[in-house]
Amino acid sequence: MEDRNIIVQHLTRRFGDFTAVDDLSFDVGRGEVFGFLGANGAGKTTAIRMLCGLLKPTSGRAEVAGFDVAHKPEQVKRRIGYMSQKFSLYNDLTVGENLQLFGTIYGLKRTELRERMAEMYRKLEMETLKDQLVGGLPPGWKQKIALSAAMLHRPEVLFLDEPTGGVDPLGRRRFWELILDASTEGTTILVTTHYLDEALYCNRTLIMADGEMKALDKPRTLMREYGAKDMDDLFEKLTRR
Amino acid sequence: MIEAEGITKRWGGIVALDDVSLHVPEGTIHGLIGADGAGKTTLFDILVTLTHADRGTATVGGYDIRKQWKDVRKTVGYMPAIFSLYGDLSVRENLEFFAHIYRQPVQAVVDLVGDIWAQIEPFSDRPASKLSGGMKQKLALCCAMIHDPQVLMLDEPTTGVDPTSRSEFWAALRGLAGKGKTMLVSTSYMDEAAKCDRITLIHHGTILDELAPGEVGEHYRGTLYEIGAADTALNTRLLHLLREWSLSGGCYSFGDRIHLGMTLPGMRSETVVSYLRGQGVDTSLVSVSAVRPTVEDLFIQLTSGAETEETLQADSR
Repeated sequence: MEDRNIIVQHLTRRFGDFTAVDDLSFDVGRGEVFGFLGANGAGKTTAIRMLCGLLKPTSGRAEVAGFDVAHKPEQVKRRIGYMSQKFSLYNDLTVGENLQLFGTIYGLKRTELRERMAEMYRKLEMETLKDQLVGGLPPGWKQKIALSAAMLHRPEVLFLDEPTGGVDPLGRRRFWELILDASTEGTTILVTTHYLDEALYCNRTLIMADGEMKALDKPRTLMREYGAKDMDDLFEKLTRR
Repeated sequence: MIEAEGITKRWGGIVALDDVSLHVPEGTIHGLIGADGAGKTTLFDILVTLTHADRGTATVGGYDIRKQWKDVRKTVGYMPAIFSLYGDLSVRENLEFFAHIYRQPVQAVVDLVGDIWAQIEPFSDRPASKLSGGMKQKLALCCAMIHDPQVLMLDEPTTGVDPTSRSEFWAALRGLAGKGKTMLVSTSYMDEAAKCDRITLIHHGTILDELAPGEVGEHYRGTLYEIGAADTALNTRLLHLLREWSLSGGCYSFGDRIHLGMTLPGMRSETVVSYLRGQGVDTSLVSVSAVRPTVEDLFIQLTSGAETEETLQADSR
């Protein structure tokens, strides 16, 4: 079995004469938690859209879960999960309805879906919440359910785009424990965040600025290398224009 | 400059604010620190006279928010959490529009917000909707400053803004405080607490604590230990062992480390090490040291007791 679940080689995307992503190359191993940091406009979202098979690269290539993102985007989409703070769940549907919707979209069979939902309720201890409207739940719960919805079809690779925005500290830590559990079970995770302290949960961290890769290594190794006192300091040193 | 006493507000069956008090002296930055749903926006809406409190009183700039709401509105510049400028208008047109509404000459406004305006002026012909998050917020700050208010109320001005732009924005706020402006700023980024003169921690409509950022150590009960092993699997095991420990006063993973609170007296890092050794852990692979708690650690300590209750409330809804 291939132990690299994301392979990126010279990935580049231009919009007109603007280069959003410039010659990006990296690999992510199976079960790795990979942090993707950069200022707004650094090219993170463009890179993620290419890796999800939603946007064709201008040049270079990428493979996700064993399939080329430009030539087999449908194969890629079936093997990935995506969750962001901005779009996650429908507030007017109940927890159960949301899970059913996402499960059905990802093509789960009815019995399969029922089993996985039951398993998820048990794991998150939220049996009593399943008939509640999502809109009335505390933000921390919404995030946990959104993550569950993105994982119902057992994706090989999970893309998390600022998943913890606005969640209280206790909720954020609980959420990260779920992410780490998933990685222990072999799910590959690529995560972006504006909470730089969260980069320390990642096995490795890539820091982008102006479409380019500025650094890639274990967070503590990078801090040592650049003589940074914490992640904020490191980020500042690497992205200062 | 901002005095609030016992503010309580219900929305239907939900208590959005429960007996909230605030005292913000002139020329200081006061942080309102809490997650989504804590009640921060409701408090702003009350203080800027957009809605009434059910109970409690407040004055802003010495004016009563009920009886003298017109004066309050002249005294306050408000930057709501939702971007409220016109996306189709250019940066300059937005500024001109708000200057016109408040009957201010544009040049006076530019002089007032000088250094912040200088940072967005290069983009003055760009439609506001095409600005980056950080630039949008700087423009919104300029527009909130149009009538030279004494008090600024900023609701989550840095949410979704990248770390570099966040620190630029805070530098701009500090500059305004230097000119005597008083500010109430809400944020869900705990690290921004350090940029405030004093902070109020708020959770589910209730004030948890009020302190200067430098006082976190004194407000934290007991000692905080940071525990770490290079190996991820060992870290996971340590987390489970420490959670089961009867002497543990709360234990959470924090990046690649574990934070353990110890509230009982007489505890030392050796106590932790010997417990782990007793559980069969090779403690030569584990580092244990007392560390200074952050605002986030304090927040967790203050909210973890109420957690069970929160789940119950969610259940009954």
